[in-house]
Parts: sequence; C-alpha cells; structure tokens
Amino acid sequence: MFSRCRKRNRVCDSCSCSVDVKTPNERSGFDNCISSLALQFVTLAILFCTAGLSYSAERELRVCADPNNLPFSNQRGEGFENRIADLIAREFGAKTHYTWWAQRRGFVRNTLGQGLCDLIIGVPAGYDPVLTTRPYYRSTYVFVSRRDRALALTSLDDPRLAKLKIGVHLIGDDGANAPPAHALSRRGIITNVTGYPIYGDYTEPNPPARLIDAVANGAIDVALAWGPLAGYFSPREPVPLELAAISPAADPPGLRFSFAISMGVRKQDVPLRDELNRLLDRRRQQMQKILEEFGVPRVAETVP
Amino acid sequence: MIHLEFSSNLQLCALKRLFVSINFLFLLASTVSAAMPPSSGNKVSEDGQWVRAAKDFASTRFSSLDQITAKNIKQLKLAWSFSTGTDRGLEAAPLVVGATMYIVMPYPNIVYALDLSKPGASVKWRYEPKPAAAAQGVACCDVVNRGAAYADGKIIINTLDVHTIALDAATGKEIWKTKLGEINKGETITMAPLIVKNKVLVGNSGGEMGVRGWLTALDLTTGKIAWRAYSTGPDKDVLIGANFKPFYKMDQEKDLGVQSWPPEAWKIGGGTVWGWISYDPELDLIYYGTGNPGPWNSEQRPGDNKWTSAIFARNPDTGQAAWAYQFSPHDEHDYDAVNENILLDLPIKGQTRKVLVRPERNGYVYVMDRMTGEVLSATSFVHVSTSKGVDLKSGRLIYNELTKPQLGKVVRGICPASPGGKDWQPSAYSPRTGILYIPHQNLCMDIESMEANYIAGTPFVGANARIYAGPGGYRGEFTAWDPVNARRLWSIKEKFPVWSGALATSGDVVFYGTMDRWFKALDARTGELLWQFEVDSGIIGQPVTYRGPDGKQYVAILAGIGGWAGAIVSAGLDARDASAALGTANAMKDLPQHTKKGGTLYVFALP
Repeated sequence: MFSRCRKRNRVCDSCSCSVDVKTPNERSGFDNCISSLALQFVTLAILFCTAGLSYSAERELRVCADPNNLPFSNQRGEGFENRIADLIAREFGAKTHYTWWAQRRGFVRNTLGQGLCDLIIGVPAGYDPVLTTRPYYRSTYVFVSRRDRALALTSLDDPRLAKLKIGVHLIGDDGANAPPAHALSRRGIITNVTGYPIYGDYTEPNPPARLIDAVANGAIDVALAWGPLAGYFSPREPVPLELAAISPAADPPGLRFSFAISMGVRKQDVPLRDELNRLLDRRRQQMQKILEEFGVPRVAETVP
Repeated sequence: MIHLEFSSNLQLCALKRLFVSINFLFLLASTVSAAMPPSSGNKVSEDGQWVRAAKDFASTRFSSLDQITAKNIKQLKLAWSFSTGTDRGLEAAPLVVGATMYIVMPYPNIVYALDLSKPGASVKWRYEPKPAAAAQGVACCDVVNRGAAYADGKIIINTLDVHTIALDAATGKEIWKTKLGEINKGETITMAPLIVKNKVLVGNSGGEMGVRGWLTALDLTTGKIAWRAYSTGPDKDVLIGANFKPFYKMDQEKDLGVQSWPPEAWKIGGGTVWGWISYDPELDLIYYGTGNPGPWNSEQRPGDNKWTSAIFARNPDTGQAAWAYQFSPHDEHDYDAVNENILLDLPIKGQTRKVLVRPERNGYVYVMDRMTGEVLSATSFVHVSTSKGVDLKSGRLIYNELTKPQLGKVVRGICPASPGGKDWQPSAYSPRTGILYIPHQNLCMDIESMEANYIAGTPFVGANARIYAGPGGYRGEFTAWDPVNARRLWSIKEKFPVWSGALATSGDVVFYGTMDRWFKALDARTGELLWQFEVDSGIIGQPVTYRGPDGKQYVAILAGIGGWAGAIVSAGLDARDASAALGTANAMKDLPQHTKKGGTLYVFALP
C-alpha cells in the first residue's frame, strides 16, 4: 500500500518514513512511544492516500544512515555524510529526513529496501544491492602507527610485520574480511594479529574507532584501517599518529586496498541516481572540501 | 503389531470415556514392553501435555496419543486457528500445560496463553517483554524464537535482546527477568530453554558478530545465574575439571579452548549455543552442541578451534563437563553443531547401548555412546563432498581438501552448503517403528568471486556463496532413518528445504510442514502421504500434539515463513542478489511465488 501511495503522493512518503525511526540505543519505552505516534501518522497518511488528496509539501531528502558511526554519520549530524546530505538537500531545495539504522548486515534491506528512505550517502561503487551513482571519492586502507615509534611502514611485504603487534577490523565469518586481514593471512601473518570486531560495543560512540584507539594506547603497534576512519580519528588521539597508504595497491588474486565510494539508491530509482550524478558534477569542489575537512585520505584511480 | 489392531478397533468406539481408559491400558502395556527400543530419560506415562519444545528430555518428539491414526486421518479437520499478527518466521513449538496452550512469537517476543477449555481457545493472557528495538539490527538471520518451556507453574521464555523471563503460567505475571548478555555486543537468544530439575538452561546466538558462546544455568525459583560454561577459552571457563573424561585423545589435553586458537582469538571465537539440549535423568547428564567458529576466516584461525562445532555432556547442577567431542574441528563451512540429540537405548551389534543419535549439519547421522562420547557410527544422510567420513579410531572428521574454501579461488560443489545437511529443524523418533524422522535440506554451494561489501562505513571483500539444489534437483527432504542399521529407509522429496520440525505419534502417523505451505501427515512405516492441509504462510515451526480438555487428540502447528531459508520472503530480500542472507537467497529465489508473510496457529482434530 505504501509503495503505491508513495509514487502518487509525496505526503505519504514522509509519513511512512517516520514509522521506522529505529535507533540502536533506543530503549523499549521510548521506541513504543515513537511507534504509536508513527502509527497515527501512518493512519493519517493512508487516509490521505486513499482519499486521493494531494497538496504540495516541501521536498524531503530521505537518507538512510548509521546513528553512531563517525566520521561517516551520527544522529547529531556530525559526520561528513551528514554534511554531504545537507549539501544535497540544499541543492534540491529539500529538507533532510533520516532513517537511523546501524550499518550492518541487513542495513540496505531494512532501510532502503523497506522504502523507509531513498538514499545512502556512502557505498562502494557498483555495490550490488543498490543502484550506485558515479563515485565521488576513492580512499584506501592505510597503516596507522604512532609517530614516536617511527615505523614508517608502507608495504605489506615489510618483514617487520611478522613480529609487530597488528590490529585489523574483523567483519564476520563466511569468508568475509577486511582486505588487509586476508592479505596478512596469505603471508602467514596470523598469531600476531588481533581482530577488533567492526560491530564493537554499540553502547560506545563510533565502535569501529577502537582500532585506532588501540594504536594510540599501545595495545598494538600498527593498525591496518580503512582510510576515512583512520584519517578522522588519528588527529583526535592524545598522541601523534601517522598514516601511510598500503602498498602494493592490489594483492591478486582478488584483493585490493582502495575502493571508490558512490551514493546508493533503490535499483529502480534511476531518476534520483541521475539527479545525484548531475549534482556530483556540479558540486564536485564542495564535496571534496568536506572530505578534506574530515581528513579522508583520497587516492587516484590506480587499480584496474 | 497389536497396537495397530487396537487403535482400529478404537475407531469404532464412540464412548469417550472408554476410549481414554483403553488408551491408558495401552500406555501401561507400552511402558513394560521389552520389544521396543526404550527411549530413556522419559519413562513417564503419556499425560497428553507438551511442556517443552522437544516433548521429552530424550528429545524424541514422540507422543503416545493415538486417536489420530493412518486409518482415520483423512477425516482430520481444522478445529480452530489463531492469527498471531506476526510477519516473521515462526519456529516455536506451542506448549500445552493442562488446559492452556502457550505460544511465543518472534521479536518482539509476545507470549499468548490460550484457554483450550473455551470454544476457539480464547486468549487467557498476553505478555509483552518489550525487547530493545536494536535487537533486530544485530540478529544474524531472522528474529526467530524456538519456543518456551514449562515447569513448576512457570512459563520460561528467552527474548532476542538476551533476557530470560519467568512468567506465572496462570496469570502471565512476570516472576523474574534476568539479563544474560549484551545485545550491543552482538549477542542474542533464539533458542528454546530447557528446564532440568531446578535449573533453566539457556544459550546465546550471534556467532557471526564476534560473540563468545556460552550455556548458562539459572535458578528456576529466583532467576539467579547458577553457572555459565563458555564454549571457548581456558578449562576453568569451559567448566572442564577433574570429572572431564573425553573419549578421544585429541580432546584430552589441558586448556584446548585456548591452545587450539591463535592468541586471543578464542575470546571472540563463536561456539554459540542456539540449538537443542537433551537430558538423561539416569546418567544425570545434559547434552548440547556449539555453533561454528568465527568471526575469522578459517585460514586466520589455524587449529581445531575448540570447543566450537562440538558437543558437551555436562552435569546440570554444576555445569561441569563429563565429556566433549568436536564434530567439525576447525570448521570451514559454517557447520554449526547445534542440532538435536535424541537419547535412545538401541541394540548396536547385539548389545543394548545407551546412545545419542544426532543428524549433524556436516551431513552425517552420528550414533554416539552417551556415557563416554565414543562415536559408534557416522553415516551420511545427504550427499557429502566436504569430508570423506569419520575416522572412528581417532574420532576425527576426514576433510576433503578439494572443497576447502580458499580466498580468490572458485570452489564448486561444496556439499552440504553452509546451512548443512540439516539445520536446527528437529527430528522425531518413534519407539514403535524404530525410525528417526529427519526433516532436512539438500543444498550444495559454490564459492565464487569476491565482491566489495560494506559494513559500518568500511568496504571489505568476501567470497560469494551461491547455494543451489543438491543432486536430484530438489532442495528439501523428509527422511526416515534406521539408526540401528545406519541406513535410509525411505524419503519424501520436497521442493524447498524442510525447515519445520517433525512429530511422531502412537497413531503411527508423522507430521511435518513445508515452506510451500503444506502441513503433511505420513504413514510412519511406509511414508505414504495420508493427509495434507494448505496453510496461509510457509511452515518452519514445530508440530506438537496434545489431549484437549475434551479428551480429543489435537495436532498444532505455527505457520509463518521466515528463518534463514525463508528470509527471502520474511525479510523481503532481493531474489536477484544471489548472496543475500549468506547465499540462501539464490537457492530460494522462487519461494516468494509459493508463500507470503504471515502468522497463524492451526489446530487440527478428528470430527
């Protein structure tokens, strides 16, 4: 019913998206209150839809985002993806509306897939569950170490890696892992590698940042982390850290360390994708400025 | 057999009272019969109730009720139904205690008590635990619940957000509520608790999230945690002490839960306990299995990764382990070992042995000595390419190196696929036929190219699993298995994985449901389809049978598609995304044509 309504009437759009404002930290009482409120909205929306009423409302940019994952996004709007969403909203003359959901397995399915929102600000280019725009940045996995250690690591083939205490993000089983973790195990580097579950403890702010904290507090000698995360948290640690892109840039078969990042919309939402592509062309400089401000390490297209 | 004639005579009997008393006579006869393989652990006479998911401590899911027989089942009719108002997978077994039925729903885990003495079974009470909304986001596959348990006037339920709750069975009032874990660290609970003496036994889920598996015992009266046994880590955490006597040498060293892992990896190693527990009151031992190791790839966790994909025998009062055995050491295929343990006394090579029969995810039916942990036989019940059998001397599974998943390499024909030869869906055993009825799947998979994926703003790569029908082209099967001679007797092929449990009865009919919406009854001996009923949404629940307050035998099933295999419908996965729901979506892409979301309790009886 909603999907049919949605196409006809923007009013329903905004109503249906309030149904699922689910924040991972929300406690049940609060959640219930939200739901019942939302239910009233929905009922209202159904009434409007079925009655075929229409009136023009301000356009809404409905964004699916993680409420607790800087530097990308958080509920306070402090991430670079929040800033990019604001930029898009301004361009579209729209108001930003978020559906908050932890960006984990099922994120796309439970947000974009349920029609609760229309846009994910960051996904890998060509990411299969969604339709992606042109990439707007490309970053790389990096070595992160304390400056006072003067390790100057740049290569995965550095023999010192056999001895150093290394930290990587752990994704999950089923053959999935961060590329540097795969690359290390290929080289037989296993027993000195500590995994930091990317999910972490969701009651803490920005759970994936624990990996960078571990470098700063000396729990590990070096982290192999995704660039945007490392670029944002390193300068915020109490001791100076240094970053270096992982080389070689690829580790065949199948492994690469740099990824182009696009925006994602529903597979069939070609008009929105095209609109976003035009905006990316138009506002390229502003986008780059935001990424610059957040310390996102960017690399040129080097990998086939 | 005498009983068959008996029950056909009974059909002619119109007087309910007489019916019941003859039935009772038969029960007396059956308990003293020496010809039957006795299922130890539950020699109490049939009370017509269903107070725990597996019916009895031996987990036979066998009821001595026998009004419904092969001869009269064609008249079986819908007696009443109840709409659950849910649209996620319904995996729970309804419980029946006295004249009340209790059902527990998937997240948000609402419990209903239905008054069976009222026409149409009116709602007696309803309880809402209001679990944290975040639980949905971190549950691995579907937000299922596999059922409640009853003892001492209490209904015990587990919630997705890692709480165990005791309710007053009469009123639905909360008696105690205990938090067992942390959802924000990826822990959830989906399993049905088992109550043994004064202990409530509960295990966690979340092996994909860097969770360390455990089984916890709570005091039934107070809800206080009595003990917790981890599946990984040092012996003191695993509750391995002086009484630990594993059968095989490979399991006899100290601190194997640490030694068989790279440093620290055991702390997040998985081995969650989301399946079934059995209990043998005579040996005073509980039996349960542990989930797959994780979250590292197999090459990043060299070693056996104990005690994941393993079974424990423990003392229920102290939690101390008596023995353990690893079905799939260093698991590479997501072969959780959480399946049901059916405790039987069977003649094996001319000698009656106390055995534990276990159709395992890795594709073998294990028959084990439940006193010692010795594997007496391990026989494949599906096509298996990932291993070549079990070396009965060392106890080790012999892996096939050709089907070892390797990063960046295409590996085809991995059988069984990661949901295994069979998953959580519990088998039933009839002591009358001596047959184990195994609901299972027939799935294989290929590991293909690595594609970029994304979690928490971080791109990563993983092997894409593409799951498809195994040899024969069908995806599910209901197999009748002779555990004494370790052989298949007959089987029914199904279009989709048989993701529902099985039920066996003294009427010599067995029940199961299909994802394409059929609730079926077979002749327990021949497998002949005797009766079927089309429900609204696909079945992944556990059928049960009970004697109603009116003395009639009823059969109940919750129908509502979902679970891992059904997620393509319940979670609205994109069928074009072959690797969605860990690769299951490809195997199930035509399921949406056969069922829609929904939730209904169906209860059947003879007119």
